[in-house]
Amino acid sequence: MTGAFTDYPTTPSIYDETVAHRGEVRPGYEQIATQFDTFGLEDVRNRGEYVSKSYHDQGVTFDYEGEERPFPLDIVPRVIDAQTWSHVEAGVAQRVTALEAFLADVYGPMQIITDRVIPRHIVTTSNHYHRVAFDIQPGNGVRVHVSGIDLIRDGEGAFRVLEDNVRIPSGVSYVLTNRRAMTSTLPEVVGTHRIRPVAAYPSRLLRALRAAAPSGITDPEVVVLTPGPYNSAYFEHSLLARLMGCRLVEGRDLVTQGGRVLMRTTHGLQPVHVIYRRVDDDFLDPVAFRNDSVLGCPGVLNAARAGNVTIANAVGNGVADDKLMYSYVPDIIRYYLGEEPILPNVDTWRLEDPTHREEVLDRLDELVLKPVDGSGGKGIVIGPQASRAELDQLRETVSASPRGWIAQPVVQLSTVPTMVDDGLRPRHVDLRPFAINDGEKVWVLPGGLTRVALGEGELIVNSSRGGGSKDTWVLSGDGRRTRVEPRAQRQVQIGTAPQVALKRSEAEPAEQEQQQQQQLADQEVGPC
Amino acid sequence: MLSRIAESLFWIGRYLERAEDTSRLLEVHLTLLLEDPVVDEEATSEVLLRVMGIDGEASPDHQTVLQLLGWDETSLTSMVAAFYGARESARRSRETVSLEMWEAVNTTWNMMRGNRLQHVPAHRACQLVRERCAVVGGIADTTMTHDEGWQYMMLGRQLERVDMTSRIIESAAYNAESPYAWTQTLRACGAHHAFIRTYRGAATDAQAAEFLLLDRMFPRSVLVSLQAAEDALASLESTTGGRRTGLTGEALRALGRARAELEFGSLEETMAHLPERMSRLQRTCSAVNDAVSDHYFDGAGASVWRAGVR
Repeated sequence: MTGAFTDYPTTPSIYDETVAHRGEVRPGYEQIATQFDTFGLEDVRNRGEYVSKSYHDQGVTFDYEGEERPFPLDIVPRVIDAQTWSHVEAGVAQRVTALEAFLADVYGPMQIITDRVIPRHIVTTSNHYHRVAFDIQPGNGVRVHVSGIDLIRDGEGAFRVLEDNVRIPSGVSYVLTNRRAMTSTLPEVVGTHRIRPVAAYPSRLLRALRAAAPSGITDPEVVVLTPGPYNSAYFEHSLLARLMGCRLVEGRDLVTQGGRVLMRTTHGLQPVHVIYRRVDDDFLDPVAFRNDSVLGCPGVLNAARAGNVTIANAVGNGVADDKLMYSYVPDIIRYYLGEEPILPNVDTWRLEDPTHREEVLDRLDELVLKPVDGSGGKGIVIGPQASRAELDQLRETVSASPRGWIAQPVVQLSTVPTMVDDGLRPRHVDLRPFAINDGEKVWVLPGGLTRVALGEGELIVNSSRGGGSKDTWVLSGDGRRTRVEPRAQRQVQIGTAPQVALKRSEAEPAEQEQQQQQQLADQEVGPC
Repeated sequence: MLSRIAESLFWIGRYLERAEDTSRLLEVHLTLLLEDPVVDEEATSEVLLRVMGIDGEASPDHQTVLQLLGWDETSLTSMVAAFYGARESARRSRETVSLEMWEAVNTTWNMMRGNRLQHVPAHRACQLVRERCAVVGGIADTTMTHDEGWQYMMLGRQLERVDMTSRIIESAAYNAESPYAWTQTLRACGAHHAFIRTYRGAATDAQAAEFLLLDRMFPRSVLVSLQAAEDALASLESTTGGRRTGLTGEALRALGRARAELEFGSLEETMAHLPERMSRLQRTCSAVNDAVSDHYFDGAGASVWRAGVR
């Protein structure tokens, strides 16, 4: 049989999530494969183009070097079956719970250091360990209100954690808009799958933010703090604010007075209780951090310390998602929860450890080196792809500041078919599931953001490096939706309203009308 | 409502109206050049530019006008720049304006960005801008709550309409010797059809001026716009606790004074000093704008943080 994935190339060392090595379509993708065959490649491509056009007009964009670009959405969804997902879900929740405990500890009693699980200097030399945040007690004890744990699938298809994001992870807005776009672009495909919905995210987030309000505040004023329209994630900030019905404020809208945070409104100054900030620590409060920042609000940290305002996510969380700390997270999970990690890390060498360093420096040309503070793929050197000069330069940099680097083997991220100029081709993907902690439960949004590297063989998926995204479908049950026949309706004649009845049947397809009349004739057709 | 958002909404109103009115003005100017064989292209263009606040353009032709008032993004007076202003204000208040309205604004901007209007016949470009402004305005009216924010937008729109209409009338006054001047002015205000229907075709210049300034039925007349601006301002005052004195009191007074002068002054006198009267209306708009800014948008400007003093 020839079909959408017939001449689709696979590589033995890389796990393709859609097509197995023998060319057969994996479970979960059969319906999509069949339907794509029916559409034909041209139709699928046209629908993909329709999506880009609609993103352009809706302003679903990210800011790249001062230019607004539509966020690329690929037309082929990524499917995760129910069983695989429950494993991921449990693993993410476990990790977030452990990181919460870790943060509460390092900004308080420091028991984990006393117990020698983690060396003291690892914490204290982290650029994101903020002494000014020491002993600030958050409203309901939550510091990681929102997290994004980056996952990849290795050569065997097993999910591994690549990186933790517990500062201000972004991307969830694309999860929401991608689903809407796919629903309108591929209604036939979406309609035959049982996909767990993602639309609950904003209300979950709002609930968690309200739950984190300072004590005694029953109806808190929750605001979203953005650096402004020139921030790369401004689209996301405005979308979340709109969906939560919150005000979207900039630093200049806020003032602090007497340890309280107020916002400037047309009715004068009004109190703010919870700030879902999308401004980095360094820019949040010029009193505590960079005094040249005009994006933040002076005094906001003092207000948080006084317990008058909650900052979500908490200040100083960066100490937990530092890439060096990442290598300790399995130990952190064992220490606080007494459990084995559900999702394994990628093997990691710590450059600051002399024996690790020696080994890494010997094998620079086969490993990936990452700066511990980098984000968006910045500063990463992929050994096998680097030139001799680059590697020599790297050797020097790493030897000069070993605390700043980690090394990992080159992991061949899994691939998913993606529409490119040549048709559907395998492209590498990762996954960022989002989790919300409301203080009672860590809830993981079913799915998350699948980012895809659009270049062939490219391993870095970030949008700042030309990456795109895919809609991520977490299937419910066996994933198939059986068609629910419309319930037979008894036609009721009310006075003189035949026009209305006529209009109604006009609006419906003729077949359905016949079907209904058929059912009418059969009288009762049991409940659906 | 956040002061900054209120200010954005006010400016969405102003910019939308400015884009729409500029397109009317521009289209009529182009038609005039085509239809009236004796018109002096350079002189008429100069008057138009002067009325729009552009001085010192050496011997402008219709291409210059088209660029400065039409599609040039860098010219502050162009309809594209005005629409860009509306789009940026909407972007800043994206969580407040309705989703449908944002999409309408953004789609329009995608149609005209990058000097795209340059490649469309000028007449069609003007029409497009006007239609899209009507779409955005209509969607805003029917999908936004008519709360404080909407009132700010209305205030902005009406104030801009007074300002622009007064400029259009002023340009007619300068072109008084052309037999088509008032017909064109009526067209520029979208009032030609309404005027013909009202006066059954047999009308004088003074009646045309009267119609544009004073007609109570025509939605774009100066009187109706002033009244609508007053209503918006009054309703804003009532939401902020009815402070009827102070700065907005001043804004209301300025609007009321301008309206009374039109309504109860003699038309002959207004006609005799038309350019001067129209300039005065423009000054009133600017004074109202400042008073509203000071009163409602205070603190919305960028604040500066320097060594512990904000």
